[in-house]
Amino acid sequence: MDTVTVINALVSGLLTGLVYGLSALGLSVIFGVIRIVNFAHGELMVVGMFLALMLFRWFGLDPLWSVPICAALLFCVGYALQHFVVRRVSYLPDHMQFLLLAGIAIMIVSGCLVIFGPDAQGVQLDYALDSFAIGNLIVDKVRVYAAIAAIVVASLLLLFFKYSATGRAIRACADNYLGARVVGLNVDRLYALTFGIGAACIGAAGCIILLLVQVHPYLAPAYTLLAFVVVIVGGMGSLFGALLGGIMIGVSEELASVVLQPSLKTAFSFGLLIVVLLLRPQGLLGRVVR
Amino acid sequence: MSDLTIAGRAALIALVVALLALPWIASGYILSVSIICLYLAYMGQAWNLMLGFAGLLSIGHALFVGLGAYASGFLFTKWGVPPVIGVAAAVAIAMLMGAIIGYLGFRFAISGVYFALLTIAFSEFVRILLDHAKFLGGTEGLFLPVTQASRRGVDLLNLRGWTEMYYYVILVLAAGAFLLCRALLHGRIGYYWRAIRDNPEAAAAVGVDIFRFRMFAVLLSSGMAGVAGVFYAFYYNNLFPEQVLGIERSIEITLAPIVGGVGTLFGPIFGAFVLTPLGELLTDFISHLKGWGIIGKDVKVDGVKLMFWGFTVALIVLLKPTGLWPWVCQRLHLVKPPGQRGS
Repeated sequence: MDTVTVINALVSGLLTGLVYGLSALGLSVIFGVIRIVNFAHGELMVVGMFLALMLFRWFGLDPLWSVPICAALLFCVGYALQHFVVRRVSYLPDHMQFLLLAGIAIMIVSGCLVIFGPDAQGVQLDYALDSFAIGNLIVDKVRVYAAIAAIVVASLLLLFFKYSATGRAIRACADNYLGARVVGLNVDRLYALTFGIGAACIGAAGCIILLLVQVHPYLAPAYTLLAFVVVIVGGMGSLFGALLGGIMIGVSEELASVVLQPSLKTAFSFGLLIVVLLLRPQGLLGRVVR
Repeated sequence: MSDLTIAGRAALIALVVALLALPWIASGYILSVSIICLYLAYMGQAWNLMLGFAGLLSIGHALFVGLGAYASGFLFTKWGVPPVIGVAAAVAIAMLMGAIIGYLGFRFAISGVYFALLTIAFSEFVRILLDHAKFLGGTEGLFLPVTQASRRGVDLLNLRGWTEMYYYVILVLAAGAFLLCRALLHGRIGYYWRAIRDNPEAAAAVGVDIFRFRMFAVLLSSGMAGVAGVFYAFYYNNLFPEQVLGIERSIEITLAPIVGGVGTLFGPIFGAFVLTPLGELLTDFISHLKGWGIIGKDVKVDGVKLMFWGFTVALIVLLKPTGLWPWVCQRLHLVKPPGQRGS
């Protein structure tokens, strides 16, 4: 194991990590505002991946160009999910809401299984095997493109929350639910919008990650857990923390696969999840909520 | 018993008689479906003990089952240790795992959904380790030796014999779990658990040792799951980490109590006996549809069944979050209304 291998692993982990971070942003936004733990996270991501796959098959569309389409479609799915389903269980204890979303998650996974079958399918891009070489450092082109796309989408999201009126209103709901109601914000609509935005983010991440991995329905639970690891490492509800967590998990997974067997690298991130849950359940950048 | 109306008592007696007599009247197919029902009823009882009684959501119960199954299966294949002795090892290792998760979770004050994530994380972690454990077969699976002769007769010590024997074994387990939970729930500890579930701060304030009673719930539940693991290993005779410890298995365990009613005693049993036959009917229906050429031959039956489970859970949480059993009870007047109860 020489320095070049390690640096290569570091860079590719960093790039993949940005995509993880984008996907985790979706989870974090939904949790931070609606206080719902979206257990159907990875499932929505797999839906995004399959959408991008279909667009590629039918129209030869590069997954990067289908990002806006997938994001728009998943926005509608998320909006509907919050408006028609999740809103109705807000009076139930947390674990019942969790179970509801677990039920929805199973429906999505098995729906994908029925429609697309269990086999792994991917897109064949003409630049899939190209890479940039900087000295000894070799970086896959797809990874670079994926990371750039992830940064673009994440920046758009952060700008939206920081500067737009709707974004500010959503932050107001997250900070003080009662206060937001008192000043006359339509909290139900804002919640549905938030879920939609979160889902759009997840859909975009799904399109982008299709550049790097092949899609099959059973990816969904794995991605759900991965996003939880990322978000918990970064701090639930902290947007910047999600990106940071994504990079950390991406890098540590790559490093783990250099040191250990590649198939053990998921065990490594579950181990990390356990450690983080125990030592810092509010995450690295999260605040303690009381 | 004293809370039951006449109709309730009659229903209970009819159920007990039907369950005892089933192997004489039912076909082999119905018997094997009933075994799955009872298995899920038993596991539902164990899971419900944690969420329904003590308020701890676990989505990793397949971990305890898997540890029990692998422990007894390994001892049997490697050294020929009979399951009667293997069950002790299975319970011990499942409880040890429960103790680790519980201790870490409660000492570090991890609550609610985070606790559920902790159980998932442990369960997936162990599953991946088992994938790499060569001495347990890894991904190629661990197979328990079966001969034609071992499918006949009754050898309780080695858990080998007719399907009818497995039926009675799991019936006894399910009934035992029900009676145990009933005794615990109506006893002192049941009140402690429910106090902790409904308001941990208040319970702690009046002097209930929250840590101790939560630990007790986790240990008992994981131990029961370990016993179920032994049954699983010797009934199916093959163990794959993906199949035994997959997150689908953990979710499957939660279905019966959710449908029947979280926190009710009879809910898990009711849920298992409603869901499992429905799932079988659905499987049947789909293969008929395929035969008639209405849907494509390559549609995965498993996928449709899973979709139905997911739909059921979502529907129950949306419409009847307290579960079906309390509602059925009330509709059929099986239980006396609270005002008319005796001692």
